[in-house]
Amino acid sequence: MSLGARGRALALPLAFVATWQLATGILMPSLASALPPPSKVLAEAWGVLASGDLLASAGHSLWRVLGGVVVAVSLGIPVGVGIGLSALFEDIVDPAVEFLRPIPPIAWIPLGILWFGIGDTQNMFIIFLGAFFPVVLNTVSGVRAVDRSLVWAALTLGGSRGQIIKEIVLPGALPLILTGCRIGLGVGWMALVAAELVAARSGLGFMIQSARYALATQRVILGMAVIGVLGLLMDRGMLWLERHVVPWVTSAR
Amino acid sequence: MPRLVIADVTKVYTLPRNGTALPALGPVNFTVDEGEFVTLLGPSGCGKSSLLRIVAGLEAASSGVATFDGEPIQGPSSRRGMVFQEYALPPWKTVQDNVELGLKFRGVSKARRREIAARYITLVGLVGFEDRYPHELSGGMRQRCALARTLANDAELLLMDEPFGAVDATTREIIQGELLRIWGEHLSPRERKTVLFVTHSIDEAIYLSDRVVVMSRRPGVIKEVYADPLPRPRTDEVRSSPEFLKARDHLWSLVRDEALRAMTERVD
Repeated sequence: MSLGARGRALALPLAFVATWQLATGILMPSLASALPPPSKVLAEAWGVLASGDLLASAGHSLWRVLGGVVVAVSLGIPVGVGIGLSALFEDIVDPAVEFLRPIPPIAWIPLGILWFGIGDTQNMFIIFLGAFFPVVLNTVSGVRAVDRSLVWAALTLGGSRGQIIKEIVLPGALPLILTGCRIGLGVGWMALVAAELVAARSGLGFMIQSARYALATQRVILGMAVIGVLGLLMDRGMLWLERHVVPWVTSAR
Repeated sequence: MPRLVIADVTKVYTLPRNGTALPALGPVNFTVDEGEFVTLLGPSGCGKSSLLRIVAGLEAASSGVATFDGEPIQGPSSRRGMVFQEYALPPWKTVQDNVELGLKFRGVSKARRREIAARYITLVGLVGFEDRYPHELSGGMRQRCALARTLANDAELLLMDEPFGAVDATTREIIQGELLRIWGEHLSPRERKTVLFVTHSIDEAIYLSDRVVVMSRRPGVIKEVYADPLPRPRTDEVRSSPEFLKARDHLWSLVRDEALRAMTERVD
């Protein structure tokens, strides 16, 4: 990003924060209990950073997302490859996938609490459900998008089915598999916060919820902002990974 | 004794839209001898690429049989290597890894792979480009890489599907000369690879071939098997020789009519 582009990207958020500060801090201080000014949110951030609460909450949330997404990716990729390569496997598995996919992960929260109680396992289960389907669907598209002539060439070079999957199909599908992981991570992150709001005793979602009970609005807003920033950082991290793992996709354009 | 025999081979495709049968090829009959360079020449859609894929074992004939060394072709084999028009080089593999791919499939040790790949990379003139990726190469270089990959795998029959179709006209003439050198034009027929080459370019067919199999429009049948009269080795000057022009006139008269009719007919 050039300096000019960076400036343009920051212009709107800065104007927003300035207006917010002006409105709630100076013009209408009566609003402050419902919408505290940014200065109060920043002061709160400093407080929870110093006490270590913020890092602990964010750490818990990240750990759960990591766990849920890793399971989703390690199950989703084989299922996606299976559907993409085998019509038989597709006939058997696809109806179940298509039936379960439209159910929002949040709708599983009550059942998840019944099965796993409150805590990490339940949260990871919800994240897994959010991340699994994007990984599967993108893997299927990735496998199907592999250039047919590459597979033909490998066949005439004497490649076996297993060798062709390893040398041609998986690397060929990798760009879309990574896209699936990135989307899965994003959906998983959203699902996590929902799960933590109702079924956790730690994490950013829990922090927001308990701050609401305490009427600490500045902490509610701080929690939301941290969730946004971490989500953005994870997405950027995945984009960076894509560029470095599959350089041929961008440099060929 | 011919190495490749095509006997009454036909191909009929079924349109997925309405299930109509679409005859694409045949029946065709011809043979290719050891060390011979045979070209299939015909208008687009005459089934010549289908025939090549049948010989490669990538597609099954609808009827008839293709045999290689007396054995019916039932699937792909590294003995019948193929070079594709769009190169078919995985973009995530370097020139080195692409050339080694078939050897890797066949379990050849890494050290031996390096050795063999180096020989063919030298042969096709890609020394210094071993670590480049396909998108960093020109079209002509990509096709030379694909050729080195097939040759390094020691295929006995070389199937080439319009390999220079995506290469610009000047490079194309140069690379045709290189192909004849790599094929072993200066060697005795027994030391040469057996080649079945598909093209719709009359000049390319005349310049390269021992025999040209001229095909009709869809469904492609053989109009004539033309014995190329040009002496080997072929130089650039041969392209303007009276024999070349005569051959071109003859093939042009055979192909022109078919191409015209193919242009005005409905596809299905």
